[in-house]
Amino acid sequence: MIQLAEELITRRCGDTGLLVELGDNRRVHAFAAAVRAADLDGVVDLVPALDTLLLVVDPALTDPPAVEGLLRDLEVGAVARAENRRVEIPVRYDGEDLSWVAEHCGLDERQVVRRHTATPWQVGFCGFAPGYAYLVGGDPALRVPRRKESRVAVPAGSVAIAGQFSAVYPRRSPGGWQLLGHTEVSLWDTEADPPALLLPGDEVVFCEVAS
Amino acid sequence: MTTTHPESTAELTVVDSGLLALVQDAGRRGWAHLGVGGSGAFDRPAMALANRLVGNDECAAVIEVTNGGLVFTCDAPTRVAITGAALPVKVGNRSRWTHEVIAIPAGGTVRLGVPERGLRSYVAVRGGIRAEPVLGSRSTDLLSRLGPPPLRAGDVLPIGRPRGPVPASDVVVPPPVLDEDEFLPVSLGPRADWFEPEAVEALLRSRFEVTADSDRIGVRLAGPALPRRIHDELTSEGVVEGALQAPPDGRLTLFGPDHPVTGGYPVIAVVRDRAMPLVGQLRPGQGVRFTRG
Repeated sequence: MIQLAEELITRRCGDTGLLVELGDNRRVHAFAAAVRAADLDGVVDLVPALDTLLLVVDPALTDPPAVEGLLRDLEVGAVARAENRRVEIPVRYDGEDLSWVAEHCGLDERQVVRRHTATPWQVGFCGFAPGYAYLVGGDPALRVPRRKESRVAVPAGSVAIAGQFSAVYPRRSPGGWQLLGHTEVSLWDTEADPPALLLPGDEVVFCEVAS
Repeated sequence: MTTTHPESTAELTVVDSGLLALVQDAGRRGWAHLGVGGSGAFDRPAMALANRLVGNDECAAVIEVTNGGLVFTCDAPTRVAITGAALPVKVGNRSRWTHEVIAIPAGGTVRLGVPERGLRSYVAVRGGIRAEPVLGSRSTDLLSRLGPPPLRAGDVLPIGRPRGPVPASDVVVPPPVLDEDEFLPVSLGPRADWFEPEAVEALLRSRFEVTADSDRIGVRLAGPALPRRIHDELTSEGVVEGALQAPPDGRLTLFGPDHPVTGGYPVIAVVRDRAMPLVGQLRPGQGVRFTRG
C-alpha cells in the first residue's frame, strides 16, 4: 500500500495537465491504476513515464487544481498488483549489433542472450510510437549507449537495447538502439483490444528461439 | 480508400491535395498510455464552426487544409463551409469565400485559393467525412501514422448521411487573423524551476520566430537561448499539447496536436488551451511573443 496524501508532489501543465512525481516506476503504475479505478471527472488520458504520471484533463470539464484536490483522497494499492500480466516474447537473437554489444559489455554473444532472457523486464512506459514499450529492470550488465548513428529504418519486430531500456520495434521506423534480434510476435494491432501487446506495468520475459 | 460505406450517400473526390490536406475530427482520447497522442484538428473552433454552418455535429470529420490549394468534386449536390484561414474559393467559375455556406451542384468542382493570413482552413461537408475511424477517431496523426493517410489526388472519401436541419444562419464573420506578432498566453511550468530566472524573463520578453520546419507535431521557434539552472538529464515524462519544450541547444518547440506523448527535455511553460487555435494558424516567419495569463 502506498500512502500518498502528504507526499504528493505535483506540477501543473497549463490548463490541461497535472504531472505527479512518484519517484519510481512501480509507484507510477500503482497510482495510475488507482486513478483509472477512481474514474475522475474530466481526466481524459493518463501518461505513465519512468517516475511520473501525467493526467491530461479536458479544460471544458475540469482544471488541474480540481483534479489535484481529488487525488489527495485516492486509495492506492491492491488494484495495481491484480492487473499486472506476464508476457513472453520469443526472440531469434541474430541482431546486427549483437557482437558489438557483447564486446562493449565484455561478454560473449551467448552471455548477452542469457542475460537478456534471464531477468524479467517490466513495461516502464510507452511512447515513441504506438505500442513501443520502454522495458526496464533488466540485467545491469547490458547497459549500452545508443548507436552513434541512428538507422533510417529498423525492421518491425526488432528487439533492441539502449541505456537501461530494452524494447521491441512495433513497426518499421527510424531508430538508434542496438539490435539484438527479432521476434515474429505482433506488438501493435489497431483492430485488437487493447491494440498494444505490452501494457504499462506488464512483466515481459524474452525467450530464445533457435536461429 | 473505401468507396462504399453503409452510412454514406455521396462521395468527395480529391483532384489536388495542395501542400497538405488531412482528415481531422476532435481527435483520439484515452490511448496516450500506449503511446498514441490526441491528434485532431489544430484549430478546433474553426472545425466546429464549419460543421455548425452545414448542420453537422461539431466534431464531425472535416478536411484540414494547410496553406490552401485543395481541389475536390462531389458526386451529389451538397453544401460545404470553409473556415479557419480565409481564402478565395471557386465553385466552377463562380467566386465564393470562406465563412459562408456554399451550395455545390452534383459534379461541381471546388477550388481553394491560398490564404493571405493564417495557415489552416477547414472544409466541412454536410454529413461529414466518413473515412474509416481508427481507435475511435478519423483524425490523421502524422507522428503515430494512424488514421487516413494524407490526402492525394484521386482519393475518394465517403460523405455521411446528413442529420438535423441546416441552420438558419449561412454566413459568419471570420475571426481576425493577424500577420504581425501573435501574443500567446502561457502558464509557467511544469519545469520552469529547471531554468535560470533570466530564461523565464527571456521567454516573456523576447520575440520568437516560427521556422519553416514547423508542423502538426511541433511549431519550432527561433529565439534567445533559455539557460538552464538544473543541468541533470530529465527522465522522459508526459507532455501536453501546447507545451514549450526547450532542448539545450535547439529551438524552442511548441507541441501541436500530433506531439509525442512523452518528452525528454524540460517544459518551461504551456500555452493556454484557449490560444491553441491561434497556434494552428501561425505561419513560418511570423513572430510570437509569450505573455503570462
